[in-house]
Amino acid sequence: MNEKPEKLIDKKGCRLDGRKADELRPLKLEVGVLANADGSAYIEHGKNKILAAVFGPREMHPKHLSLPDRMVIRCRYHMAPFSVQERKSPAPSRREVELSKVIRESLEPSLFVELYPRTGIDLFIEVLQADGGTRCASITAASLAIADAGIPMRDLVAACAAGKVDDTVVVDLFDLEDKLGVADVPLALMPNLNAVTLLQMDGILTPEEFEQAVNMAMEGCKKIYAMQKDALKTKYMAIKEEVEEE
Amino acid sequence: MPTFFEKKQVVTPGELLAEGDYLAGENTYMEEKKIYASRIGLADLDNKKVNVVALRAFYVPKIGDIVIGTVKEVGFNGWTVDIKAPYTALLRASDVLSRPFKPQNDELSQVLNAGDLIVAKIASYDRAHDPQLTVGEPGLGKITRGQIMQVTPTKIPRVIGRKGSMISMIKQETGCQIILGLNGVILITGKNPEHEELAMMAIKKIEEESHTSGLTDRITQLLKEEKAKLEENKE
Repeated sequence: MNEKPEKLIDKKGCRLDGRKADELRPLKLEVGVLANADGSAYIEHGKNKILAAVFGPREMHPKHLSLPDRMVIRCRYHMAPFSVQERKSPAPSRREVELSKVIRESLEPSLFVELYPRTGIDLFIEVLQADGGTRCASITAASLAIADAGIPMRDLVAACAAGKVDDTVVVDLFDLEDKLGVADVPLALMPNLNAVTLLQMDGILTPEEFEQAVNMAMEGCKKIYAMQKDALKTKYMAIKEEVEEE
Repeated sequence: MPTFFEKKQVVTPGELLAEGDYLAGENTYMEEKKIYASRIGLADLDNKKVNVVALRAFYVPKIGDIVIGTVKEVGFNGWTVDIKAPYTALLRASDVLSRPFKPQNDELSQVLNAGDLIVAKIASYDRAHDPQLTVGEPGLGKITRGQIMQVTPTKIPRVIGRKGSMISMIKQETGCQIILGLNGVILITGKNPEHEELAMMAIKKIEEESHTSGLTDRITQLLKEEKAKLEENKE
């Protein structure tokens, strides 16, 4: 993968991994995969493999971090040393600290933080394998984990990126497109309320392209949202069907 | 004024449940006259009130609830108790001793020590203060024997059943005494461990299959079968 491909999109409009411009990578979601966490979820988004675990709400430790009027959310986004081709140092990097903050802030609007004052929830996100768009996949998984923990929320948060590769606006960029492309626009959405909780841009886009990218990312979010709901329901439907078969 | 769900349908957080002249019940919230679910659960309409029976939730203290907790720490004039809630509860020494508490006369760790289990009632709780417990009523106090198990707190009403049908059936079939803590902790005391195990197994099954119908009959069947097996083994 060292040589740089000349074109990221071929004449037929196909991308390097064979997708169309408006096509998402294959997505697999699973809820309740960890027994020791209060809530958990696992996502496979293309080659991304990410685990999310939630604890709480519980008393904050250290206590001075708790707030008298609201619940505190603590988030740790971490990449495993083996998640990328070159070994990544397991110590939290500047990028990981920033992503932890970004993910926390994109999930906070979906929670009723004012309901449980003086408490905190801990959110752990572990990237096992990374292939571009991990922040979006992390948000998608973390939101599911929160729902699995039974923490009341306004809506599930689904996230998806769009961007510009060569001169085409495409959705859901993978690693190579992210690195060699022109621009990247990650977006998180609460689809039922139609509220955007995260919008970033890296690169240069014209206003028209930006609007197109946002619309494409929102479409992507809605597709992911449908899968999120399915994953959440599947966990409980499985038991129901098992019993009915007896 | 439509509703957007069928009775007992599994709904996810954020799902639109009703619009217009309805009331937001448990595990739902209202925004601009629309009612949405806030937890995964089963939607239900009770008169004008839209409820969601949560499949996953945690215990939030309420005044008057009976809970089962573990003593975490012995303090100067009371104990801190873990009640499996976002807040730790406090139990005052004067409440347990039912007389004025004098630190020079009484050694608190001899009354209740760290690790002891207690059945208690929530005496007071609000946003600004941790819940306070009381044991000054019959049936409350230190647990001396039996077995403890934990279920999701939202499943407790299912374990009780309609008008207590489920729990009285289990009590009758296994001959065990069962105390349900509303925080999801259950105390089972029976004549022998086998019967306690039986009751635990039944409750576990209820927890797993709580959102299915015809559960009471299936549990009765199961208990009868298992009891027959026990008898066989004895002979």
